[in-house]
This record gives sequence, C-alpha cells and structure tokens, in this order.
Amino acid sequence: MRRCRRLLELFGVFFKIGLFTFGGGYAMISLIGHEIGERRRWISPDELTEVFAIAESTPGPIAVNCATYVGYRREGVAGGVWATLGVVMPSFIIIYAISLFFERFMALSVVANAFRGIQVAVAFLILRAGLRLAVRLPRRGFELGVCVAAALLVLAIDALGWRFSTVWLILCGGVAGLLFRRGAKGEGGGWR
Amino acid sequence: MTLLELFSVFFKIGLFTFGGGYAMLPLIRQEALSRGWMDEQTLVRFIGVCESTPGPIAVNMATFVGSTQAGLAGAACATLGVVLPALLVMLLIAAALKGFRENTLVRSAMSGIRPVVAGMILAAGLWTAVRCLLLQAGEGGVTLRPDMRQVGIALALCAGGLIWRRGLKKPFSPVLLILFSAVCGIVAYGF
Repeated sequence: MRRCRRLLELFGVFFKIGLFTFGGGYAMISLIGHEIGERRRWISPDELTEVFAIAESTPGPIAVNCATYVGYRREGVAGGVWATLGVVMPSFIIIYAISLFFERFMALSVVANAFRGIQVAVAFLILRAGLRLAVRLPRRGFELGVCVAAALLVLAIDALGWRFSTVWLILCGGVAGLLFRRGAKGEGGGWR
Repeated sequence: MTLLELFSVFFKIGLFTFGGGYAMLPLIRQEALSRGWMDEQTLVRFIGVCESTPGPIAVNMATFVGSTQAGLAGAACATLGVVLPALLVMLLIAAALKGFRENTLVRSAMSGIRPVVAGMILAAGLWTAVRCLLLQAGEGGVTLRPDMRQVGIALALCAGGLIWRRGLKKPFSPVLLILFSAVCGIVAYGF
C-alpha cells in the first residue's frame, strides 16, 4: 500500500516535470532540481549534478534518463519504470492530440504568441540552472578553469556550427579530474 | 509490419542519441525521409512544434511520426521504441552506480565532470538567451537585431520573479515562470 503510494507519487512528480518541460532537456534541469533536489530532497545536490552528467552521456532524452535514475533510486526497477512513464505521458497525449489537428493547431495565433513568451522563460530557466550549478562549485582554480573552458568551448561549437558531441567534453572533464584531482573527497558542487 | 518497423527504427534512434534531442534530429530526418513517411516541409514545421510543446523532443517526434503512420498504436510503438533504450541503460547504470560513487577514482573523475556540466549548461543558457532576444531569423538569414517585445517579456519575468520572492518569501517556481511567460507572450504579441 505504502509502496503503491510512493510509485504513484513518482509518477505524479515526473508527469508534472514532463508537462512543463519546454525546449529540450536543459530547461528541465531547473525543474528537476526544484522538484527533486529542493522541495523533496530525494537526491543530494552532488548526486544530482552527477545524474545530469550521466544523462548527458548516455543514449536517450535527458528527461527520460533523469526520470529513470531518480525512480530507480527511490523504488528500484518499478520506480524507474513509473517515473519514466510519468515523464513521457504528457508529451504523448499532447502530441497525439496535435497530430490529429496539426494544420488547425498551427493556425492559432494565441498558441504561437504564448510560445514566443515561453521561449524567453526557457532561456531564463537554462541560465538559472547553469548559474546554480556553477555557484556551488568549490572556489578553486581547477574547478573554475574547467567550468569557464567548457562554457567557452560550447559557445564556440554553437557559433561555428561544428558537429561535436558534448559527450566528449564530459569525458575530457573526467580525465582532467583523474589527472589533477586525485583523492578528491565528495565536497561542494551540485544543485542549489 | 508498420508497427514493428516504427518500433525498431525508433529503438535504433533512441539507442544512438547521445546528449539530448537536437543530436537526434538529423537521424530522424534521414529515416523519415528515406522511408517516405513524410515530406521535408511537414518535417520542418513539426520540428518547430516539438520544440515548443512540452516534453523531450525525441519523444514528441516519435509520437508524431508514429501517429501519422499508424494512428494511436503507431504512436505508442514509436514512443516505446525511443524510450526503451534509455530506460534499460539507465536502470543498469543506476544499479551499478550505488556502490560506484564511493570509489575514489570515480570521485576524482566526478570532480572534473561537475564543472564541465555547469559550464555546458551556462553556455547553452547564454546561447538560448542571445538567440531569442537578439537574433532575428528572417529572409536572408539571421540578423543581429534586438526583438524589443522579447526583451520586454524578459524584463517582465525578472520583475515578476523579484516581486514574488519579496512578497511571498518563496522562489518563483519554474512552472509558474512558464505560465507567466505564456501570458506575457499572448499580451505582447497579441495586441
């Protein structure tokens, strides 16, 4: 009974996250941090950042990866499945409905206008997620240098239109950590 | 046959998509066009819709392509296909990671990975902000010209957030921010 309630709660929380995730996975990091890290404290700040890194470097949409991981940590395999179902269900319902009335939907100017506003919120949410992660990093040359270098590289990649997977960046970060931060303890860094 | 084909094509797409939906768009485009599932124009317009509706872009595209090919069952098969690889891989990793996080080598690797993730997300945020506030896509490519209405919406969101935080002593939640921005968009572009 208790387990049933926890599974339903997982489904509900990730349904909400799926419903309000616009513009891809990065915007959702703000939302997951807020719901899972701050409000419910299901997962520690450190672990949450690691989940984002893993989600970014494993196949599949980031939102789905995060949902599966958090669900599994709460309630094992069943939790992973329920959380994933929750995060996918809103888009499935909405897109299926839109696909039935595609032409008419696109013609609605109210919808188009609302989405232009939402674009701004998406930019804001992604920036906020990035700032929160950056502020919590240990204030040391190594972390700050790596953070700035990664940011500049991503900006250059976007501006020049290179095709370069961010997975490689994460791998480079891991190698740099192994080389320069031997024996690091689980300190600092993470959500909030 | 179509159902099985939808499932297997999207399973493949889900398996080889690293780092979020945008990486997957070229793959979907190639599969959908070469199989004659839809024409280029419909695809481009639908990518726009997928970017602006809630949910992961990969899931949205799968649901849409599946629905146009084989109705509700097609949508379900394609969506299941795109999600399944991520689900299986993440379950394995989550199970393995339990003891893994205590390992000192993993810890030192993670201390290099955390700043990379922060930097990447910061850069993505900056880029998205610049693109929606300063760059205009029009005829003849992209030009650098601020969109005053978007800037106005951004200011309204900041002001709204500040007032909310002062007044209620609570952070402005992402969900509220999105609802508020949708209203701002309707007001700013509708009149």
